[in-house]
Amino acid sequence: MTSNNPAVFLLMINGQIEAADFPEYDDLYCKYCFVYGHDWAPTSGLEEGISQITSKGRGSQSLVWNFPLDITFKSTNPFGWPQIVVSVYGPDTFGNDIVRGYGAVHIPFTPGKHTKTIPMFVPESTSRLQKFTSWLMGRRPEFTDPKVVAQGEGREVTRVRSQGCVTLQFNIVTKDMKKLGYDTTSIEHSPARTPQQL
Amino acid sequence: MSSPSDVREKMRKKRRELQESLGRVRDDKQALVASDWDLSQDNGHTAVEMLAGGEEDPGEALRRSMMAKRMKKKKKLLKEMPVESPPDEELTAVQEQDRPHDDDDDDVQPVRDLPPRPAMRPGSSQSENTMRQRMTEKLRAAKSKAASLLEQESIIEPASRLQSLRDRETLTRFDRDTDPDLRADEDSSFTARLKFRDVARRATTDKRTEAGLPTAEEAYNFFTFNFDPEPQQQPRRKKRRPGRREAEEEGEGEAGEGDGEDEEEGEEERECEGEEESEARDEDAPLVRDEEEDLFLIDQSAQDFLEVRRAEYVDYSRRLQRERDTLFVPSMRTVPASSKLAENVRPRYLEEEGLYVGERPHVGLTNQNILENRILKQGEGRKWFGDDGRIMALPDPIKESSSRPPLFHLEDELDPALQTAYRKALKSKHVNLYISGMGDPQSDYQLDVDVSGLIFSHHPLFSREHVLAARLAQLYDQHLTRQHKSLTRLLTDKLNGLRNTIHNMLELHRGEALSQVTQQRMAEYKQEVRHTRQLRDVEQDKDRALLKSIIRVWKELKALRDFQRFTNTPFKLFVRREKVEREQDEQECEDDIMAEVEELQAETEEDYQKKMSEYRRQHEEWKSWKRKQKVLKKKQKKKRQQEEEEEDEESEEELGEEPEKPDPPEKPDSGSLEEQVREKAARIRRKPGEPVLIPELTVSGPVTPNEQCPRAEFARREDVSKRALFIKVLYNDKEVSRTDSRALNMDFRVHFGQIFNLKIVNWPESIKLQVFEGVGSSSTLLVEVCVPVPESSVLTGSAPSEEMEFSSNQRVTFNHEGVGSGVPFSFETDGTSTQTLLTSGKLSCCVSWAVGEDDVPLAPPSSQPGGGMYSGLGQMDAIACIGASSLNDMKKLGKWAAESRLDPNDPNNTSIMQLLSVVSGGDVAVPEYFRLEQLQEEFNFLTDEELQLSRRFRLLRLRSQEVAEFRHFKCVPSMEREISQKVFQDYEKRLKDGEIIDTKEHIDSHRALVAKYLQKVRESVINRSLIAKHHFMLSDVVSEDEVPSIGGPGAGVLGWNLFKLAEPKRPLKPHRKERKKVTAQNLSDGDIKLLVNIIRGYDIPVRRLHTSKPPVSAKSGRSFTEPFAAPVLSQINQQGSEWPFGQPLIRPFVEVSFQRSVLQTSAAEGPNPCWNEEIVLPFSAPNGDYSSTSLQSVRDEVFINIFDELLSDVVEDERERENTIHTRIARHWLGSIKIPFSTIYLQSRIDGTFKVSTPPVLLGYSKERSLGSEGGYDTIRSLSEGTFLSLFITIEPQLVPGDTVREKMKEIKFDSQEVERLLIASEVFEKEASRHFPDRPCLSTVIDINGKTVFVTRFIRPLNPPQELLDAFPNSPQETAELVARYVSLVPSLPDSVSFAGVCDLWSTCDQFLTLLAGDEEEHAVLLCNYFLSMGRRAWLIIGSAIPEGPTAYVLTYEQNRYLIWNPSTGQHYGQYDIFCPLQTIGCLINSDNVWFNIQPYAAPVRMSFDVSKPKLWKPFFSRSFPDPGLSSVQPEALVYRRTDKAAAVELQDRIEKVLREKIMDWRPRHPTRWNRYCISTLRQFLPKLELSGGREVAEEHRLELQSLLGEYTISGFPLHLPFSEIRPIIEAVHSTGVHKAEAPNVEFALAVHVHPYPGNVLSVWVYIASLLTAQ
Repeated sequence: MTSNNPAVFLLMINGQIEAADFPEYDDLYCKYCFVYGHDWAPTSGLEEGISQITSKGRGSQSLVWNFPLDITFKSTNPFGWPQIVVSVYGPDTFGNDIVRGYGAVHIPFTPGKHTKTIPMFVPESTSRLQKFTSWLMGRRPEFTDPKVVAQGEGREVTRVRSQGCVTLQFNIVTKDMKKLGYDTTSIEHSPARTPQQL
Repeated sequence: MSSPSDVREKMRKKRRELQESLGRVRDDKQALVASDWDLSQDNGHTAVEMLAGGEEDPGEALRRSMMAKRMKKKKKLLKEMPVESPPDEELTAVQEQDRPHDDDDDDVQPVRDLPPRPAMRPGSSQSENTMRQRMTEKLRAAKSKAASLLEQESIIEPASRLQSLRDRETLTRFDRDTDPDLRADEDSSFTARLKFRDVARRATTDKRTEAGLPTAEEAYNFFTFNFDPEPQQQPRRKKRRPGRREAEEEGEGEAGEGDGEDEEEGEEERECEGEEESEARDEDAPLVRDEEEDLFLIDQSAQDFLEVRRAEYVDYSRRLQRERDTLFVPSMRTVPASSKLAENVRPRYLEEEGLYVGERPHVGLTNQNILENRILKQGEGRKWFGDDGRIMALPDPIKESSSRPPLFHLEDELDPALQTAYRKALKSKHVNLYISGMGDPQSDYQLDVDVSGLIFSHHPLFSREHVLAARLAQLYDQHLTRQHKSLTRLLTDKLNGLRNTIHNMLELHRGEALSQVTQQRMAEYKQEVRHTRQLRDVEQDKDRALLKSIIRVWKELKALRDFQRFTNTPFKLFVRREKVEREQDEQECEDDIMAEVEELQAETEEDYQKKMSEYRRQHEEWKSWKRKQKVLKKKQKKKRQQEEEEEDEESEEELGEEPEKPDPPEKPDSGSLEEQVREKAARIRRKPGEPVLIPELTVSGPVTPNEQCPRAEFARREDVSKRALFIKVLYNDKEVSRTDSRALNMDFRVHFGQIFNLKIVNWPESIKLQVFEGVGSSSTLLVEVCVPVPESSVLTGSAPSEEMEFSSNQRVTFNHEGVGSGVPFSFETDGTSTQTLLTSGKLSCCVSWAVGEDDVPLAPPSSQPGGGMYSGLGQMDAIACIGASSLNDMKKLGKWAAESRLDPNDPNNTSIMQLLSVVSGGDVAVPEYFRLEQLQEEFNFLTDEELQLSRRFRLLRLRSQEVAEFRHFKCVPSMEREISQKVFQDYEKRLKDGEIIDTKEHIDSHRALVAKYLQKVRESVINRSLIAKHHFMLSDVVSEDEVPSIGGPGAGVLGWNLFKLAEPKRPLKPHRKERKKVTAQNLSDGDIKLLVNIIRGYDIPVRRLHTSKPPVSAKSGRSFTEPFAAPVLSQINQQGSEWPFGQPLIRPFVEVSFQRSVLQTSAAEGPNPCWNEEIVLPFSAPNGDYSSTSLQSVRDEVFINIFDELLSDVVEDERERENTIHTRIARHWLGSIKIPFSTIYLQSRIDGTFKVSTPPVLLGYSKERSLGSEGGYDTIRSLSEGTFLSLFITIEPQLVPGDTVREKMKEIKFDSQEVERLLIASEVFEKEASRHFPDRPCLSTVIDINGKTVFVTRFIRPLNPPQELLDAFPNSPQETAELVARYVSLVPSLPDSVSFAGVCDLWSTCDQFLTLLAGDEEEHAVLLCNYFLSMGRRAWLIIGSAIPEGPTAYVLTYEQNRYLIWNPSTGQHYGQYDIFCPLQTIGCLINSDNVWFNIQPYAAPVRMSFDVSKPKLWKPFFSRSFPDPGLSSVQPEALVYRRTDKAAAVELQDRIEKVLREKIMDWRPRHPTRWNRYCISTLRQFLPKLELSGGREVAEEHRLELQSLLGEYTISGFPLHLPFSEIRPIIEAVHSTGVHKAEAPNVEFALAVHVHPYPGNVLSVWVYIASLLTAQ
């Protein structure tokens, strides 16, 4: 791969899952994973991770993980741009480990530092009785695959309730995007360009 | 304040004074030094801290102060070093003071002030001294530096000093002056404890002065003192102190000699502690003063500087006097305006002048006054006042209500959701909505909306008469308006005028040649005449028609009144006749006609001339063409002679097409013209002489009073009188007012007459009037009328009232005379010629701008965008002004503009003129079409062709279409060139293959066609499944626990669990743990493993020894496995006796092959071996796709083959036998089991004992029946024949079986011809069944091959089997049945769960099945069942699950009081109580009448009853509540069988044999393959016999026969039997036996193939394969 004619572009992500705000819950941990299209491949870094359990501070309401993300993708096609899926878990009143929220967000396109806040949600029980029993038995409905939240297909059958939000910070570096004809910087930042052919 | 040197000076002075004045306490001096230090270094801090800590808890304070004290003491030691050689005067002074004290106290208390002078400590070592000196020097240097810095600072920046240093110093001083005294008093009242301690302390110090030793109490105090705040330092200090004290004690007067090191240490520590201490002291400092004692200790020094004097008292008056100079109390009185303004200026109020003055923020009057007074006091105070004499102020910026939500957050960081983001300014569309200058009170605008009334032209409550009357009135109105305009007369006059003009012109130029201009004008006039005449004719026609229709309607009305015998409307029509003078009239008429005829003649003549000339021209053309043609023909002839055809063609091309020969135009007929004109005149004009009819409509007629009306009419009138109407006025979609409610009159006119004055703020966008109609209190919106916003020139008074037509499409019907609205009604009695009328009417209203009192119109200035939002744009661009919508009509517009001769100079027309210039300039190409997605082109980054050609895009497209090859294609290269064409090769090949079926594999064309058809069906089903795959159900996305049910036949989780809780613990009883199920989404290659646990085998055939010769009499000697005993045994065997124990008759092992990996167990021994081995095979999904659908479609099968391991000794030389083992391992295939992966996947585990399919004949092996040793299994084995294998197969990790697709397919409704009720019932039935017995398959509807849902019983119908099968065994019905079953089993099986990707079962009818010659168990079962039914047996279809097929279909027959279960795919049958019956669960039974679902507690055939008449055991689908609607069958009436061509069968037979032979040779690349022709021919003879016997064992005699024929050889081999579908499975089967693997050097092979044709192209294929070893 010569530098003049790159075949792939690289997207380097580092950042962290900074904190979450779940007003009612405590002692939560989170998992993250990336969902990306066929043309994407991680070249280095961890695709999935699980954080420590964090508790709320005495005064503060937010749960701080500061869980680092560091991954580099390569791709030939911006379609299927990676998304990060964050799912938060924690014990309920009976100590059962249950899910507290799912959320996903696309990795920002533009290089630089970005702070994203993802509102989180959990699937709802299908009936009140279900809700009660699931509460009692500590087995709330979960997505079969957390990656569901990163795709649109099949979501119409679910009902969710939103709770809390998670703040992520990304530092994005891209390489060779422009050489392949993808200009992600906004117009304000770069002078007017002639549209390149794909 | 004074400079630092002054301070120092003062301090020194004071110190001296103090020393003299205050007592001789020892600490005094120490404190002095300490405080001195303090002052010079820390004064700033201390002061501040003192203030801060002043009010702390006294207890805490005390503690701290004690601490501080200690520190001070320590500090003092430090301080004394610099003191020793004073760097500046201050320190000298200190030393001076020190010395006398030292002199005094030397003997008493050397402890506190360790002698710093080396001179006075002779004992200390030299090094010590130097050290100390260095330290002191350093300190000194630092000090001087600090001092000089201070001085410098004082010089350089006195201002900063003032703030930073002096301020603090004053504070300190101030504190010290006042506070201590006060505090002391306060503190004295504190706890007694404190006091006590203080007192005690004092006492001790006193004592110490005397004794010079620490008293016990002091010691105690010292040691027990609570050093809480500094726990770290405490121990250190403790340690040090005693040590030091000892030292001090030792060296009285002088410092101890041994003290030196200690000292040094101490010094260092002290130094490093210095910082901490200073910090600590900072905190402590203020507290110190809380106690007298402490004060004494610490701040004594401060008091040293104090000079106690009498308080200075200043006389009050003098103080006032003095204060007056500096202080000022602003008065609260109002300041006179004059003083606020410049002299001779009158206050000026901007507000009064009409300027906008915002509201000032509210300030209290007194405060304002104070402020004003204060400002005035200043020098240039006046500039703060405005012209009106008030303080200048900006308008109040605070809004009444908050405009943004309050922010509640604890951290400083703003909630990210609320963070402001920069957006570019947008021009709001509402910006212009407000009329400018609203602040100006004078410019308020007023719209007057005058709602005068409304008239209904139709109302639901109209009676029929009303309808007619309304029509009449309308027509009459039209008539009146036409009369008013009198267009006809106008046009007639114009026509006459024009005619006269032409006439005059002709007169004028009589005889002369007309000039060009006049000619032009004449032509124009004529044109005009023509046009006008046409218009007049039209108008006249209309007039006439109108009159006619008025009269007609009136007649109808009269008729209706007569008919209904009452009158509803007061309308009356009179027709007035106006006599005309007949002659004159006639004359006029005639003239008119003649003139017209004349004109027409002239016109036609002209027309004719034109046509004539045209004709001539054309004719001429034609002629010339003819001529050319002739010439050409001649030329051609010539050319033909020359044979130059090319030129000929060219010339022909030149000539072009032949023009048509023109026809000469017809000569106009003047006679007919006149007739036409006369006829027209008669039609549209009053006949000459007839009176002029003038209709007059009056409303004077009487209306029948209510009492005389029939009931329906009465009800209508009642209804009308109940109705009331009112109108809401909406301005910009907001209701501003409404009229009073007015009752509806009988004549359906409502008068409101109300004027609403709207004072407006916003620009008028819309004015609407909503008409509401109400009965009683409820009202409904009838219509909404939009009134145009008036021009600013439309003013009240001058504006005419407008009539707005409205209509509504409400549907209203009544049961009385009212005709309703939106519903058809008829005037005729028979109800014909209906018509539908909608509520409509006219609203008369007027909207205008009001006129103010002084005749000023209250309209907004028109310069504002009142006319339209885009008027600004409009001036620039005509197109924008008119709007894009009218662009399409641009041509029309242009035409109209040209025709209407717009004045180009009129400013009103600028837009249009500009537009026209644009159009004529041709800049704007008006599209001739309407475009739906105008912007699509912008998004096309490539043309379609490029898109097609590009490999990359093709790849991307195919992937998104989920084409199997590309579904999981990773990383499509970004560059076109990186994609090779190879990528598509497979795909294109497949596409091609779809078209052309390889005839090689299919041999006869019929099967090729079938395969093609199947392929198509498969594709359509796959497409369906693709759709289904994207159809999600909740359970696919969300995993949720079921609600635990208590008890019940299903999973009574809760009940069971509760029961379990009470269960005693049984530690020795292991619990089976549920394996974790894995969703098949995030798996990759190598994650899934197939576990095959081979437990044991039963009844494996054993080797049969050759009778003629011992089998192991090879050159090499004996076989390993059968040593010397063999010949003996064979003889025994010959006699039919049993094998002796311990004899390795056979060494079977099992080989499992799956997906190219082959693994085997070790060899066990004996016919009932026990392996108990686990074989782990890796599994990889096709294309790396681990989704459940993909896994379901895995076609791979697990082959479990049993082999016999034969070891033969191949040691060539007998002599080597002792030290060499050289064996050849050969293996003989004994049987196999095939289990499709899909079955394992769907069932998640397969556990049980399975029958091994063994060949009917196994040469060299025989079954041993009753081997006594394993008695336990005798009973089982006696029941059924064959070899069995116990297996346990599962997938690790357990995959969630993905039968979801099947479920989902149900969600997707297929078309059906069944009755909806039946479908619903079947759904309910199946749902119920699966709820109660989730593991029992239930089937009531199936999908046929056309993808339609069909009820399952329709498939069952008696069908005739082939006649020759029935004829075969005319006497034995049982054998016939078996033969039929065999026939059915010979139809190749193609499981659709594999071919159709587990999507759904497709059921084909029997004829389809036989045509396709492929189908799965269902089709086989249906066919077999139908055959049995036609044979007069009672038969049912069983829907159940079997091993290893999974869900399947069997056939149940009942005969001779027993039930038989038939496996249709193998043709075998089992009794109900057969333990080896593969059928495990029975879900339901189906016959042509009904479906029964099994609701018995058990589903295994052994444990259940098949009596379907018992409703407790079998739940019928059709019951009394839902009887069988009599469903017709989808099956044909009878099946037609085609005789299979025998020759073709033979041909096929040869072909298969040839292929197989080649294959076997291919498989043995390293060895020559010899064929034993003799054996082959022998085998060939056997095969037909096998076929006849139906594959049952004819083994014994056959074997004997073979043996006798081929006595020389050791033969191992077997016949294979297969139904024929393709050649590939046959090859596979042969390969899997592994016969070709025989590697003995002298091995020979034999292969024979026999194809037996059955009717209907069903072929039974036998392959006999054997290996022969020469037994020499």
